[in-house]
Amino acid sequence: MAAVKRPPLPVILVANDLLEGDVVYAVAGGWTRDPRQALVASDEGAAQALEAFGATELRQSRVVDPYLVDVQVGDGGLPLPRHYREVLRMLGPSVRRDLGKQADFNY
Amino acid sequence: MYRYDEFDERLVRERVAQFASQVERRVAGALTEEEFRPLRLKNGLYLQLHAYMLRIAVPYGTLHARQLRQLAHIADVYDRGYGHFTTRQNLQFNWPKLKDVPAILGLLADVEMHCIQSSGNCIRNVTADHFSGVAHDELEDPRPVAELLRQWSSLHPEFEWLGRKFKIAVTGAAQDRAVLKSHDVGVRILRDPTTQQVGYQILVGGGLGRTPMVGRILREFLPREKLLSYLEAVLRVYNLEGRRDNKYKARIKILVHEIGIDAIRAKVEAEFAAIDSGRTDVDAQEFARIAAFFAPPAYESLPDVSRKLEQAQASDEELAHFVEHNLFRHKQRGYTALTISLKPVGQAPGDATSHQMRVIADLAEKYSFDEARVSHAQNIVLPHVRLDDVPEIFAVLRAEGLGTPNVGLLTDILACPGLDYCALATARSIPVAQALAEHFADPAKQKEIGDFSIKISGCINACGHHHVGNIGILGLEKKGAESYQITIGGDPGENYALGELLGPGLPAELVPEAVDRVVAVYLARREPGESFIEAYRRLGLAPFKAAFKEIADAVA
Repeated sequence: MAAVKRPPLPVILVANDLLEGDVVYAVAGGWTRDPRQALVASDEGAAQALEAFGATELRQSRVVDPYLVDVQVGDGGLPLPRHYREVLRMLGPSVRRDLGKQADFNY
Repeated sequence: MYRYDEFDERLVRERVAQFASQVERRVAGALTEEEFRPLRLKNGLYLQLHAYMLRIAVPYGTLHARQLRQLAHIADVYDRGYGHFTTRQNLQFNWPKLKDVPAILGLLADVEMHCIQSSGNCIRNVTADHFSGVAHDELEDPRPVAELLRQWSSLHPEFEWLGRKFKIAVTGAAQDRAVLKSHDVGVRILRDPTTQQVGYQILVGGGLGRTPMVGRILREFLPREKLLSYLEAVLRVYNLEGRRDNKYKARIKILVHEIGIDAIRAKVEAEFAAIDSGRTDVDAQEFARIAAFFAPPAYESLPDVSRKLEQAQASDEELAHFVEHNLFRHKQRGYTALTISLKPVGQAPGDATSHQMRVIADLAEKYSFDEARVSHAQNIVLPHVRLDDVPEIFAVLRAEGLGTPNVGLLTDILACPGLDYCALATARSIPVAQALAEHFADPAKQKEIGDFSIKISGCINACGHHHVGNIGILGLEKKGAESYQITIGGDPGENYALGELLGPGLPAELVPEAVDRVVAVYLARREPGESFIEAYRRLGLAPFKAAFKEIADAVA
């Protein structure tokens, strides 16, 4: 069987909450909106477990479009994605910085 | 303006109930996301980068005050207090929650609005000249035709699942302000030179996106009463012959390109000849019934010139700038079509807060026969304003941050939401627009440059119309970073043209400087009275490319 293509480690699992649409991150047994709390998988086994959790949660209609995102864990424990698209998704739009999570992050 | 009859009302209400049930089943897990996705898209509901996005149809861009106030209410209660007016004359909310969407659709239905035809592979919301019914250069108001097409195309059983989306625009004016040649079908109201009868010229196969194509004339003159049967023939030929093997090759423009305009015309004419016109076309009486909704309002008889406005301008330079740039010549003496720019320096193009929507609603009600228009340039038009009232309107607009006098100038930038919101985007658009607006903020500089359009898209799908900007900016990904390709010479109007590439992509921070270099070539080499686009046509690409290269080489 061909190897499953996954992003390089370490990774986090990102999805949208079904009801609210918000970006959510997998934690042990559930989800958070705070990326600082996201569960970081640093080895292949942990990444597979995250992926399996995402598939189950999708089937149970709790989240939409779960996928793994490769990150760099920086100071303060924030796992920052390596790709700018995922960084924007995490930190919020770079406009209307008076509102929403972009205001909370104040970047 | 058009008011729903019992059929419209029932159709929209039934649709709300149907979608509420679909949401309920999705939440309960009875529908998977795969099953639900096409259903939500049929109701204008996308899932974007950060949240759901709801796109509300504004047919031919026409809104009345009550509708604007309802949109403001929805923004406050169910979103984050603002909305985004799009390049297709629609409104998008960026933060609705799935569980709230049925309630939002109910509120929209209360004011005769919906999200049908704002997404999916159907005939999309029909767009029209934003100066419809008021433009001095107009033969006929195109909105009755647009409304007829709306009624005909809404949930059309044969054309509900086309190979790809299908966009129609209509104009009745000499100058094309509806970007007809960028549409799958363009309808131009004109007079037959021999019989003097009013009918339609039909264009086909235009489109932007990854494969930009210029719309071609399919039929020089179509008698008025045959519009629906002819368009049915066009749609049927497309539905049967268009490609479905590759979504990137599924628009009608590809079919026109692959088999040629003559072959398409022959197929459409054959189909048209076979259609039973009596079953498809509307009679003159029904068309007159629709047209009556768009009859001109009760204008006063006024002189051509407003002394009051002239006097006010003499003592208020800002008002004078506003009058110079934001007023458009009206059919009716003593009136004007006033454009409210949603492009103040530093803001996201096309965004309006709920408070601003209410301000505009109040102004529309008080000064413009209860009517406002969304333009494809992402501004709002008050179409029927007495010249005498302009000073008072401007005073309100200025106080509310809506008085920017930049319509048609460099900072009147079109921009899609880009990667700040959109899941399809490859780069951001709004910050680039903001940086450009700040770079060229000086009104004197903008005035010196004159007519100039910048259009920005955050991906090749070209919602920001970059191909037809005098300067077009396309955001892409290059080596893991945002990169912007710049084109020159695009024109959406009578001299329709797609822009030419100036050189390699640049990082965002160099875009304003690059545009500045291009503008400098124009300022140095223009002839008296020559606009940027005219100078470009005369001078050609080379001098602009050379100036651009100096910037591009710095990052190479």
